Amino acid sequence: MSESPDSSGHFGAYGGRFVPEALVAALDELTAAHLAARTDPVFTAELDRLLTTYAGRPTPLTDARRLSEHAGGARILLKREDLAHTGSHKINNVLGQALLTKQMGKQRVIAETGAGQHGVATATACALFGFDCTVYMGEEDTRRQALNVARMRLLGAEVIPVTSGTRTLKDATNEAMRDWVTNVETTHYVIGSVVGPHPFPMLVRDFQRVIGVEARQQCLDLVGRLPDAVVACVGGGSNAMGIFHPFLEDASVALIGCEAGGDGVETGRHAAPLTAGEPGVLHGARSYLMQDEDGQTAETTSISAGLDYPGVGPEHALLRDSGRATYTGVADAWAMQALDTLAKSEGILCAIETAHAFAGACDWGRAQVAAGKDARDLVIVVNTSGRGDKDVDTAARWFGLVTGEEVAESDLVRAHEGEQP
Amino acid sequence: MSQLDELFARCRTEGRAALVGYLPVGFPSYDASVEAMTAMVEAGVDAVEVGMPYSDPLMEGPVIQAAHQAALDAGTRQADVLRAVEAVAATGAPTLVMGYWNPVHRYGFRRWAQALKDAGGVGAITPDLIPEEAPEWLEACRALDLDPVFLVAPSSTDERIAVVGRTNRGFVYAAAVMGVTGARAQLGAGARDLVARVRAQTDLPVGVGIGVSTGEQAAEVAGFADAVVVGSALVTALQTGGVDAVRRLAAELAEGVRSPVRN
Repeated sequence: MSESPDSSGHFGAYGGRFVPEALVAALDELTAAHLAARTDPVFTAELDRLLTTYAGRPTPLTDARRLSEHAGGARILLKREDLAHTGSHKINNVLGQALLTKQMGKQRVIAETGAGQHGVATATACALFGFDCTVYMGEEDTRRQALNVARMRLLGAEVIPVTSGTRTLKDATNEAMRDWVTNVETTHYVIGSVVGPHPFPMLVRDFQRVIGVEARQQCLDLVGRLPDAVVACVGGGSNAMGIFHPFLEDASVALIGCEAGGDGVETGRHAAPLTAGEPGVLHGARSYLMQDEDGQTAETTSISAGLDYPGVGPEHALLRDSGRATYTGVADAWAMQALDTLAKSEGILCAIETAHAFAGACDWGRAQVAAGKDARDLVIVVNTSGRGDKDVDTAARWFGLVTGEEVAESDLVRAHEGEQP
Repeated sequence: MSQLDELFARCRTEGRAALVGYLPVGFPSYDASVEAMTAMVEAGVDAVEVGMPYSDPLMEGPVIQAAHQAALDAGTRQADVLRAVEAVAATGAPTLVMGYWNPVHRYGFRRWAQALKDAGGVGAITPDLIPEEAPEWLEACRALDLDPVFLVAPSSTDERIAVVGRTNRGFVYAAAVMGVTGARAQLGAGARDLVARVRAQTDLPVGVGIGVSTGEQAAEVAGFADAVVVGSALVTALQTGGVDAVRRLAAELAEGVRSPVRN
């Protein structure tokens, strides 16, 4: 496969830089820093050291034997990013970008966050590196993910609830971009996914590739061959791109991306641009997008704050068009059922985002069996991108696990209603 | 000679800067927005930027963001933008659209360029499009004799300013402070330097957007730029005092660009 993106940041017809001119110099500086760092043995050794001694890499590959019956009998292997420091894959990218920030001589970092996982990872790295940290988070998401708001503040970050537009990840990203345009000389914007203007989709992918590199080797060691499918959830798409990328040239490995199907893709109330959107430009790149007839960004619906985003990384758009990866929308209800199944069959409480991947993996396994394949021959690797502590409140409400009175009196509810500054 | 070329030639003869006014279509209503744009031309605005409302206007500060959102909430559509261009162009003032790229992309940029031309528009300012991403858009503009206007910023290198200078027609738009749009009590010192850097790369006129809200500030910017671009202050005027307030502010600004302070 030829090197992608090209030198101007295009993945085929996607990607590029659709940004205010004011940001171009900073994007050029970042591109140069990243390209230099990729081949700098000092940089890569330092990043490796951090990933090993601080983030806890390599993360294990867990054989999920009891889950297998839910996937038509296929063997399911879990790539345990939920065990990485801060509880998700986001730390991989953030440590890389923090090192780049240091190299560029910047002292202030900003980030956007949806579910709060990227915000927590960024706040963590900033504490470690001594950077000033500001995180933009949609007001709606600060309510859905109050625990992560508290975590970020404990780590010394300033969390700014964003009240414009839809008050979710899209608008948090707008505000972060506006901050960046204003303070670009002193500030690095740590984008949390494979979205945004070039070089971000490439840079974040490069820092997340470690997931797939490890998983591929671990699968070879454990099973003696490559998996039949690799499944990951896709919001912006960083955990998916991280695990997909090292498998791109393994033609026998199906790559399945699970988008947020919300109330069901057929209802129009979802967050699945690759499944049901059309090409457009948002947040600096051309990719698939949920939009109306006039090109206004459409409202999205998902139980998962981390997937509740109308856009998606441009490299996914290319993989969708080429057919190398397949994307599907997983409805809220099906994802929540998968979350419950994983918890009860394996003792792993995953993030709601991640649960979309398990639902998709079960669907894929059953479809293979329905098509006449022998399930015992199938191996599926699922990227377990994050842990579900932050989602206990949402899940408790969804499944009715606590009574109304208990909910009203719970610390979490109080944290929602009286957010600490 | 394009309408913008003629305007800048006339301003040079008169020893003054041009006044460019911005208002978004559909705020507070379609009719009021068009009435306000027409009124500001009558009061001395030389060229109009017709704002295309967008759900995610990255370069805008709170005032224009809120106006875009209100316009969309009121049901403003792309067809309304083109209709507004037609109405404003009928005043005789050069009329451009200021629009983020996705609505144009969605419409089909060639078809949109044709529609803009048909409505009497002279060009488009595209705040989130850079020349590198725009070769086909430039072709479409050339074919229809529309003026594409890209921006430069204080962070732009001289090489990039040169690219914009070669690419633009009409004028170069210098967004002279780092940050989003909005009125500023104190104009930044960097604008003068940026204009000088642009002049070193191109003979095109330079329009400066920097948060001007008073006649005095307009006179100050007119001292070193070929055009003074005013947006947020006009939106605020429309919001708080209606069309009359827009007329008053436009007249004050027009007086300002006719009294350039050179130092």
